[in-house]
Amino acid sequence: MTQTLGGGETVVFWVLGPIALAGALGMVLSRNAVHSALWLVNTMLAFGVFYVVQEAPFLGAVQIIVYTGAIMILFLFVLMLVGRDSSDSVVETLRGQRVAAIILGVGFAGLVGAGIARATQDLPTDGLDGDTGGTGNIPAIAELLFTKYLLAFEVTSALLITAAVGAMVLAHIEREPGSRRSQKELSRARFLTDRQGTLPGPGVFARANSVAVPAILPDGRVAEDSLATGLEPQEPDQMPRPTGREQLGSPDAALGTLDPAPLDGGDR
Amino acid sequence: MMLLATRDQPTLEDFGSDVWWIVLIKIVGIFAVLVFMTLFAIVFERKVVARMQQRIGPNRVGPRGYLQSLADGLKLAFKEDIMPALADKPVYFLAPVIATIPAFLAFSVIPLGPSVSIFGQVTPLQLTDAPIGVLIVLACSAMGVYGIVLAGWASGSTYPLLGGLRSAAQMVSYEIAMGLSIVAVFLYAGSMSTSEIVAGQADGNQLSFFGWEFTGPSWNAILLPVSFIIYVIAVVGETNRAPFDLPEAESELVGGFHTEYSSLKFALFFLAEYVNMVTVSALAATLFLGGWRAPWPISIWDGANTGWWPLLWFFLKVVIALFVFIWLRGTLPRLRYDQFMRFGWKVLVPTALLWILVVATMRTVSREADLSTGEVALYVGVPAAIVVLAGLLLASRSANRDTRLMAEQASAGEIHATDPEPDVLPPAGPRRRATGAPKRAEGGFPVPPMDLRVPPSPRIRRQPVASDGATVVSTGRRGSTTMKEDGDV
Repeated sequence: MTQTLGGGETVVFWVLGPIALAGALGMVLSRNAVHSALWLVNTMLAFGVFYVVQEAPFLGAVQIIVYTGAIMILFLFVLMLVGRDSSDSVVETLRGQRVAAIILGVGFAGLVGAGIARATQDLPTDGLDGDTGGTGNIPAIAELLFTKYLLAFEVTSALLITAAVGAMVLAHIEREPGSRRSQKELSRARFLTDRQGTLPGPGVFARANSVAVPAILPDGRVAEDSLATGLEPQEPDQMPRPTGREQLGSPDAALGTLDPAPLDGGDR
Repeated sequence: MMLLATRDQPTLEDFGSDVWWIVLIKIVGIFAVLVFMTLFAIVFERKVVARMQQRIGPNRVGPRGYLQSLADGLKLAFKEDIMPALADKPVYFLAPVIATIPAFLAFSVIPLGPSVSIFGQVTPLQLTDAPIGVLIVLACSAMGVYGIVLAGWASGSTYPLLGGLRSAAQMVSYEIAMGLSIVAVFLYAGSMSTSEIVAGQADGNQLSFFGWEFTGPSWNAILLPVSFIIYVIAVVGETNRAPFDLPEAESELVGGFHTEYSSLKFALFFLAEYVNMVTVSALAATLFLGGWRAPWPISIWDGANTGWWPLLWFFLKVVIALFVFIWLRGTLPRLRYDQFMRFGWKVLVPTALLWILVVATMRTVSREADLSTGEVALYVGVPAAIVVLAGLLLASRSANRDTRLMAEQASAGEIHATDPEPDVLPPAGPRRRATGAPKRAEGGFPVPPMDLRVPPSPRIRRQPVASDGATVVSTGRRGSTTMKEDGDV
C-alpha cells in the first residue's frame, strides 16, 4: 500500500524542503551568531508548516509558538547581550579539522538517511486519521496525554521545573543588602530630592539652541539651573514678549485679574 | 460541544472548499480592512487623546481632519530612507517586514460574520479556520516579536538595542499570561477554533433563579471575568502600547527599537503596531464578547445575526476595544520596568493559573453533578471571580501601603514625607569629571569636554573613518557618497 503525496502536499514539500535545508546549512556556515540563530528560526518555521501539512496542526502550532516563539527568542536575547560583533574566529586550531568534520558529517548523514530509507521502504503508510479514532487530532492527543502517557507527562514537567529552578539558583548572585540600589529605590530616592524632574535644557525659550545659551524663565530671567559647566554663558537673545495688557489680548483678560484688590470683602 | 448550530453558523467543515476567486476576494478584503482600520485608528487615537487633554486634535486635512493619517502616510513614504553605517544590512531590512507580515496573517482566522452569499457562493465571512484557530494568532504574535527584537539589534545603536532587549523580555512574559488567559475559554468552548468559540457564545443558558426563569448571559467576558481582565492587560503589554510601551519609551530610549528607522521601514513598524491592536481587539471580541453576534437588546430582532449585519456589530466591538486602548494611553503613566516585570510574573501569571484551576473544577463539577454549565458558571464562577479579584485588590493595597501613606502625608502638607532614613541621591557634582577638565558647577548641566576628539571606533571595519575623527553616516542608497557629519557641537 504505497500512497503518493497529494498535489498540495507535494508542492509544499518541494518548496519548503530546500528552504529548510538552506536554513540548516546557513546556520552552520554563517559567521555571525545572530545570523545563525535566524537561519535556525527559518528551518524551524519550515518544520512547523510541514507538521501542519501532515495533518498534525497542533504539533505545528506548538513548534512555532514554543520553539521559534519562545526558545529562539531567548537564544537571541542571550546573543544580543553577548554583543553584535562577536563573530567566530576563522583560524583553524586543529589542522584538517574542517575537512574531517565535513567528511564525517556527510558520511553520518548518508548512513542514517540510507538506514531510515531502507527500513521504511516498503512499510505501508497509515496517516494520522487511523489513530485519532475519528475524534480529530487535538482530542486524540489530549486523551493519550492524560491517560496513557500521564506519568511520563508529569515526570517531564517536574524535570523541567527542577531544571528551571536549578538554573535560577545557580545564576543567583547574593548581594550584600544596600550595596546596589534597585530601580525602585533609585526612583524613590530621586523623588525625595528637591528636583524630581530633569534640569531645564539650555536654550529653552531663548533664540538659540547652543549649549552655551541658558534657558529663560517666563519672567525673562536666566534659569541658573540650565547653565552649562565649563562654558562662558552667552547672553540669551530674548524673544519679543508681550509686555502690556493690550498686547496680550483677550485670552489673558478672560482669566480675570488680581491687580486691583478684590472688590468685595476688601475691608474685612 | 456546539450547542445549537444554526443555518448561518459556519462549522469547521465549511472551510477549505471555497472557489479560488472567493478566497482572493477574502484576502484582499482583509488586507483592505486592516489598512483602513489602521488609518482610522490613528486619526481616532489622535482625536480621542486630544479630547482627553482638552485639545482639538488634527482638524486641517480633509473634512474635520479625518484624512490626517493619509497625509501622514504619504509624508512617511517620501522621507529619506536612512541606512545607518553600523547597521547589519540584511537584518535591518528584514526586521520591519517580519514585524508586519505576522500582524496581517493573524487576522485570517478571525470570524467577521456568518455564512453569506457572495456572487451566488455561500461562504463564511472568515478567510479560514482550523481546529487550532486561536493558536495561529498566538503563533503570529510570537513571530511578530522577532521583528522588534531584530530591529533593535540590527540598528547597531545603543538605544535600539536596549529597546529590543526590553521587548524580547516583555513580549515573552506577557505572551505567557495571554496564553493562560485564553485556556479558560478553550475549556468552556471545548474547541480552539474561532468559529466554534463564537458558536459557543450564541445562546445564553436557561437559568432559574428562585423560580424566576430567564436566559443567562452567554458572553465569555461575563462567564469568565478573570480571564477577560487578564487578557486585556496582557495584550496591552503584547502590543507595546502605553502604559506598557517600554520598548519604545520615548523619555528613556529616544524611540526604542525604531530609533534608527525612517521612511517606509518606520511606516511598516507603525502599521504593524496598529494592525496588531486591531487583531487583538478582534480576538477579544471573538473570544470574550460574543464575536460577530449582536449584543443583547439587538439580538431580540431575528435578522440581527444573519446576512451582512453582523459585520456592523463586530466592528463596533472592535472600535470599542480600540477606544479602551486609547483611553489607557490617555490616562495611565508608563510603568517602571521592574514594576512591569513584577506585575507580569508575580500577579498575572499566578492569577491566571489559579483561575484555570477554578474553571477546570467547575467544568468537572458541572459534568459530574449533571448541572448545566451556565448555572455553575453563574452561581459559582462569578462569585469565585469576585473572590479572586478582591484578593488581588487587598494584596496590592497592602503591598503599596508605605507608598500610599507617604503620599497621604505629603498631600497633608509635609514636604518630605520620607522613610526614617532619607535615602537621597548624591548631588550630581564634580566627582564624575576627570581631572584636567573644567569643573562643573553644582547641579549644572553636563557638557562634553571642549577638546573632545572621538577616536575611531575599533569596531568600524567596513567603512573608513574620516581623518578628523568625525563619524561617517551613509545614506541608504547603494553607491552614493557618504556624508560627513558636522563635527562641531
